[in-house]
Amino acid sequence: MSQVDQPALGRYQLSQLDFLEAEAIFIMREVAAEFDRPVLLFSGGKDSIVMLRLAEKAFWPGAVPFPVMHVDTGHNFPEVMEFRDRRLGEAGVRLIVASVQEQIDAGKVTEPTGRWASRNRLQTAALLEAIEEHGFDAAFGGARRDEEKARAKERIFSFRDEFGQWDPKVQRPELWNVYNTRTERGEHIRVFPLSNWTELDIWGYIAREQLELPNIYLSHERRVFERDGILLADNPYVTRGPDEEVFETTVRYRTVGDMTCTGAVRSTATELDDIIAEIAATRITERGQTRADDRSSEAAMEDRKREGYF
Amino acid sequence: MRSDILRLATAGSVDDGKSTLIGRLLYDSKSILEDQLDAVERSSQDRGEEQTNLALLTDGLRAEREQGITIDVAYRYFATPRRTFIIADTPGHVQYTRNMVTGASTSDLAVILVDARKGLQEQSRRHAFLTTLLQVRHLVLAINKMDLVDYSQERFEEIKEEFTDFASKLDVGDLTFIPISALNGDNVVDTSMNMAWYEGPSLLHHLENVHIASDRNLVDVRFPVQYVVRPQKSADPELHDYRGYAGQVAGGVLKAGDDVMHLPSGLTSRIAKIVTADGEVAEAFPPMAVTLLLEDDLDISRGDLICRPHNKPAVARDIDAMVSWMAEAKALTPGSKLLVKHTTRTAKVLVRDILYRLDVNSLHRDEDAEHLELNEIGRVTLRTAHPLFVDEYKKNRLTGGFILIDEGTNQTVGAGMVVGAE
Repeated sequence: MSQVDQPALGRYQLSQLDFLEAEAIFIMREVAAEFDRPVLLFSGGKDSIVMLRLAEKAFWPGAVPFPVMHVDTGHNFPEVMEFRDRRLGEAGVRLIVASVQEQIDAGKVTEPTGRWASRNRLQTAALLEAIEEHGFDAAFGGARRDEEKARAKERIFSFRDEFGQWDPKVQRPELWNVYNTRTERGEHIRVFPLSNWTELDIWGYIAREQLELPNIYLSHERRVFERDGILLADNPYVTRGPDEEVFETTVRYRTVGDMTCTGAVRSTATELDDIIAEIAATRITERGQTRADDRSSEAAMEDRKREGYF
Repeated sequence: MRSDILRLATAGSVDDGKSTLIGRLLYDSKSILEDQLDAVERSSQDRGEEQTNLALLTDGLRAEREQGITIDVAYRYFATPRRTFIIADTPGHVQYTRNMVTGASTSDLAVILVDARKGLQEQSRRHAFLTTLLQVRHLVLAINKMDLVDYSQERFEEIKEEFTDFASKLDVGDLTFIPISALNGDNVVDTSMNMAWYEGPSLLHHLENVHIASDRNLVDVRFPVQYVVRPQKSADPELHDYRGYAGQVAGGVLKAGDDVMHLPSGLTSRIAKIVTADGEVAEAFPPMAVTLLLEDDLDISRGDLICRPHNKPAVARDIDAMVSWMAEAKALTPGSKLLVKHTTRTAKVLVRDILYRLDVNSLHRDEDAEHLELNEIGRVTLRTAHPLFVDEYKKNRLTGGFILIDEGTNQTVGAGMVVGAE
C-alpha cells in the first residue's frame, strides 16, 4: 500500500498491526486460562484465517488448546471447504461441524423458500445447539466492530444468556484489559479478539504474515447474475428469476459466506497488494457490497445478534 | 502499515455537536463510505428530518434510534496516513457515567466539546474530572459552534480562562484548546480562515501529532503471568521441560539476562529468553504479548507477577481506591463482599469503609456518605482474601486498575483505581 509521510516509530512503540496482534493474543490467552471449554468459530474466511494464526501464535510452541467449529450451511463455496479441511489439518486442530442440513433433515428448522431464500439465518440454531451439546462456555468469533453499526456497540467479551441471546442494554462495562469472564452453566461468552481491527488491518496482516487464502478472494472468471445490485454466483442453491440472466465476468470475493447471499465484486486484483489498494480506495463497505441479508431492515444485524447470531 | 494507534474518547452533551464532529472526522478521512451515508440519508428522510442526521451513523442500536439518544459506548475507526485512530464515542448524560469511565479507561486522549454560546456546563466539568480521574493524559477542550459567536476570539479566551481555572484543581497532564465549528469544518481537519487569530493546530493535526509514546510506564517492570505454556509434544524432546510464562507486559522494559523476582514467593531468577512465535526478542515493553523463559525452575502460575528485585509493586491485602460504582440494582456499602479482578488475579474482597463520596460536578467530598449508588464515585478501603500486586493507578493504569464483580449476578459492578495499598 502506498502510504505517504510515514512517521518513524520510536524505540518502544508498536506498529498498528503489532498493537492489534498483542491485544488479540492477550484476549485469546485470557479465554484459554479462564474458561473450561472454549471453541473457535471458523468459516474459512479472511477473519477466521487471521484468528487461527493468532491462536497458533498465542500458545506457541504449545498446541492451540481448543477445537475449531464451522457452522456449515451446506451452501458453501467448494473452494472454501477444500481450504478449510487442508488448513485445519496443517494446524492440527480438531474440527467440529455444526450442520444446518442436519437440522433441516431432523425437522428442527424449516428451509426458507422463494427467491430470497437463504440459510444464513438458520446458522443461529445450529450454532446454539452445538454450543449446548458440547458444553462450550466461550466461543471466539472473528467479527470486527468496523463491519456494522450494531457490532460497533458490542463488547469484546459479549455475554450470552442460556438462550444465546445478546442484550445490548445490559452489557458488562469493559475496562482497561480486565475482562469479566464469569458465567453460569448454560450461559456463554462470545469473544471477539478482532474487535479493534478494520478490514484494511486484516488484509495488511494477511500480507505481512503471508497467510494462505481460499482462491475465491483473488480475482477469477465466474458465472454470476445480478440481484439488487449484488453479483451472486450462479449456484444450485438459489432460485433465479426470469430477469436474472447469468453472465461470465472477472470477480473476487470480499467476504466468504453462504453462496446464496454473499456477493462478488468486480475486480482484476490477483495479488494481495492489488486487493489492499482496492480496499483502501473503495467507497463501499464490505457488508454493503457483499451481504444481501443485511439489507432486510435497518437493524437486521442487531436482530440476528439478539437471537444468538455471531 | 507502520503507523501507530491513538485511542481517544469524545465527551460532551447531545447538543454540543459530538456526533457532527465525529461524522466530519470520519467523513473527511474517508471512513464513512457511500452505502453507509446513503443509509443514513434515507433514514433521516424517512424520519422527516431536514438535514442528514450523522448521529444515525454512530447510534447503532434500535433503542438508540428510537429514542434519539446514545445509550452505550460505540467504537469507531479511522485512519490518516500518519496515524490510526480508535474513537470511544461515549454518551454524555450523567446516568451514563459508567460508560464514560469505560471509554476513558483505554484512551490516550479525550476531546471534550463545549458549546461556545453556552460556555462551561456542569457536564463539561464532570467530563473533565472523569477523564483525569482515569488518567487520560491528554485533554482537548474543543470549543464548538464558533460560527454562532461570530468566531469571537474574546469568547474563546473567556471559556479558555474559565476552564484553565477549573483544571488547576485536576491532575491534567496536557491541555489543548481548539476553537472549532464541527458543522462547517473550521479547524477540524483544516485550519480555518475564519479564525486567523488562532495560531494553533487543527484538531486532526493535533490528534496526528500528539506524543503519547512516553505515557506508558517504561521504568517499573511489571509482568503479570497470564498463562503457563507447557507444550506436551512427545515427538520433540527439546520441549519436554519447556515452561514458558506468557503475558502482556504491563510496565517497564524486560531484557534477556535481567535479574527478576517472582511474587508472591519473593524468589529470584534471571530471564533466559523472551520468546514469541516469530522468534526471540531482545526486549519486551508494554503492551507486547510475550513468553518468558527463566533460568531457574520456579513454581509460577497464573495470577503471579514478575518484576525486578529492587523495584516491586505493593504486595497488599488492604487497598485504598477510588471506585466508580456501576450496579443498577445494588449500592456499594461497607460490609459488601465482592470479587476483585486485578491484572490476571481474581480474589474475594470485602468493602471495609467508604471514606467519602465525591460529587463529580462540584468535586465536593461528602464524608458522611454511607453508600455509593449507580454512577457515583467515592474513595473506599477494601480488604482482599489474597494479596494483590498493585501500583498506584497514577503510576500505572494496568497494575493500578481493577474491576469489582458481584458473585451473585456475575455483573461487573465497579471500576477501581488504586490510591494506596499496604
